[in-house]
Amino acid sequence: MKRVYVNEQWCLGCHLCEYYCAFANTGEKNMARALKDIKIQPRIRVEEGNDVSFAVSCRHCREPLCVKACISGALQMMDGVITIDQDKCIGCCTCILSCPFGSVALSPDGHAAQKCELCVQTAAGTPRCVDGCPNNAIVFEERG
Amino acid sequence: MAIRYIYAEYEITRNYDRCIACRVCERQCANEVHEYLPEAHKMVADEAKCVNCHRCVSLCPTHALKIVKSDNTYKANSNWSQKNMNELYRQAEAGGVLLSSMGNPENFPIYFDKILLNASQVTNPSIDPLREPMETRVFLGSKSVEIERDENGQIKDNLKPHLKLNLPVMFSAMSYGSISYNAHESLARASQELGTYYNTGEGGLHADFYPYGGNTIVQVASGRFGVHQPYLEAAAAVEIKIGQGAKPGIGGHLPGKKIVDDVARTRMIPVGSDAISPAPHHDIYSIEDLSQLVYSLKEATRNTKPVIVKIAAVHNVAAIASGIARSGADIIAIDGFRGGTGAAPTRIRDNVGIPIELALAGVDQRLRDEGIRDQVSIVAGGSIRNSTDVVKAVALGADCVYIGTAALLALGCHLCRSCHEGKCNWGIATQVPELIKRLNPDVGYKRLVNLLTAWRHEIEEIMGGMGINSIESLKGNRLMLRGVGLNEKELEILGIKHAGE
Repeated sequence: MKRVYVNEQWCLGCHLCEYYCAFANTGEKNMARALKDIKIQPRIRVEEGNDVSFAVSCRHCREPLCVKACISGALQMMDGVITIDQDKCIGCCTCILSCPFGSVALSPDGHAAQKCELCVQTAAGTPRCVDGCPNNAIVFEERG
Repeated sequence: MAIRYIYAEYEITRNYDRCIACRVCERQCANEVHEYLPEAHKMVADEAKCVNCHRCVSLCPTHALKIVKSDNTYKANSNWSQKNMNELYRQAEAGGVLLSSMGNPENFPIYFDKILLNASQVTNPSIDPLREPMETRVFLGSKSVEIERDENGQIKDNLKPHLKLNLPVMFSAMSYGSISYNAHESLARASQELGTYYNTGEGGLHADFYPYGGNTIVQVASGRFGVHQPYLEAAAAVEIKIGQGAKPGIGGHLPGKKIVDDVARTRMIPVGSDAISPAPHHDIYSIEDLSQLVYSLKEATRNTKPVIVKIAAVHNVAAIASGIARSGADIIAIDGFRGGTGAAPTRIRDNVGIPIELALAGVDQRLRDEGIRDQVSIVAGGSIRNSTDVVKAVALGADCVYIGTAALLALGCHLCRSCHEGKCNWGIATQVPELIKRLNPDVGYKRLVNLLTAWRHEIEEIMGGMGINSIESLKGNRLMLRGVGLNEKELEILGIKHAGE
């Protein structure tokens, strides 16, 4: 299955992936209107320090701890993609605690968890962070 | 300083309705032009530091930025232009030689733009390159004029070493040091994929790029940086650099801060030391001296590689080229006055040398008149901007062209002409690690391949239109060219007729 991978050698720490992620998940057509004057809460985050930077988002683990930990059945794995049904989520944050990558967080409204779903539900259809990366540091590919 | 004499040349216009304060402009500007004001959640810019490289404009996700020429003006004066005044202020302040980068940007004639191409109508019908074979392959090197046969009547192979190019375009000399590792990797990989050559410049060949040796031309310049036996052996051809179009008669000076670890090792000089290439080769003061170096290099490579001699296009270029052809060189590269550079004294760059179109036509004609045109191939460089420039250069007599600036543009360069500051925001003309990584060679080499693939298609289309199916039939075919708006003398030198004739 194709997954999002990050090559820190080419990550510039420009944070554009975060903005493209936040934009993709608003469903808006215009980025300026979607993100003007708001503090974004993207599902991909750039970690940086000591001259190294790289973006981190859900790894879509083959044996996902978050899905195991979910007490409401909101998190589920479909065709390898781990998605969350925000209507079922009760905001207990167990998934956030169990994710070893820190890739699950509360959604902006604070009532449910959110995570990268590889843009399967967004208008883009393919991960927007990948298209928006100016240096091919984020790729969407099959790797065994 | 208390008095700021020079007003910023460009202004950054930010559309605040679009700006989402994502700070990508701030993070991507090595000149620290943009700043985020957290309390106001707002971006601001100090254009005094802006070099107009367009990195921020290109990366802004909401298209909120544009850079415009400032309309701040001194009292209008046709003689003392704003540029003249600013340059004078700069020198009065610093007391130094003005430095510039990339090619001569001044308003001199561009002959390529005053030459029009022919096409077939009715007779000698045009050829459709999509349906019929079209040859863009060229071979560079000394051609045998005489056909010799052995006792059995078989043709003897007396051909000297040649370079085989799939299209008549090569990447010109840009040293590792003046451009980054990633820029070099992009050029090397693109050359291999395209079946052409790139040129190390005088910075030596990085150990990682020896596998691309078959597509590498190595340079031996006046500083002899990075020249050793394996370097010569790795290459497909060796180029002796006598001059460069951007700075004829001037040596090179790569500042110590660009001589970082790897660059120093490749050039074989200490880290942080200035790399100074003398203006002349101290062992070349005549064609006979040049000949000695040509044959030394041929011997060092066991006569397996062609030797190129690169000169700047200057007033006596035809006579000089004739001498070079007689020195034993296989290929002559001529670099016109628009040719690029990582740093050159402004006055030299903007006032020395002649246009490549005139130099090329003059050299080709002279060598033909003297009956020695077959002894050498001619490579024309110095601002080949597109496929029609290539076609016109070939029709004026070039075997192929060198592109430097065009290749850098493909890699992202926006011609801000600030290479000499070493803070290239596009990761090309810099040795700063966090800037170098901005040029991912996976992306860069693909863009170079795309560029030349597009040019090849266009060249085939143009040749087809002329009813020509091989680039060899176009070479020196000046009947395919007509001048517009040129005077008698210019037409005479170019060896072409005026449109309508």
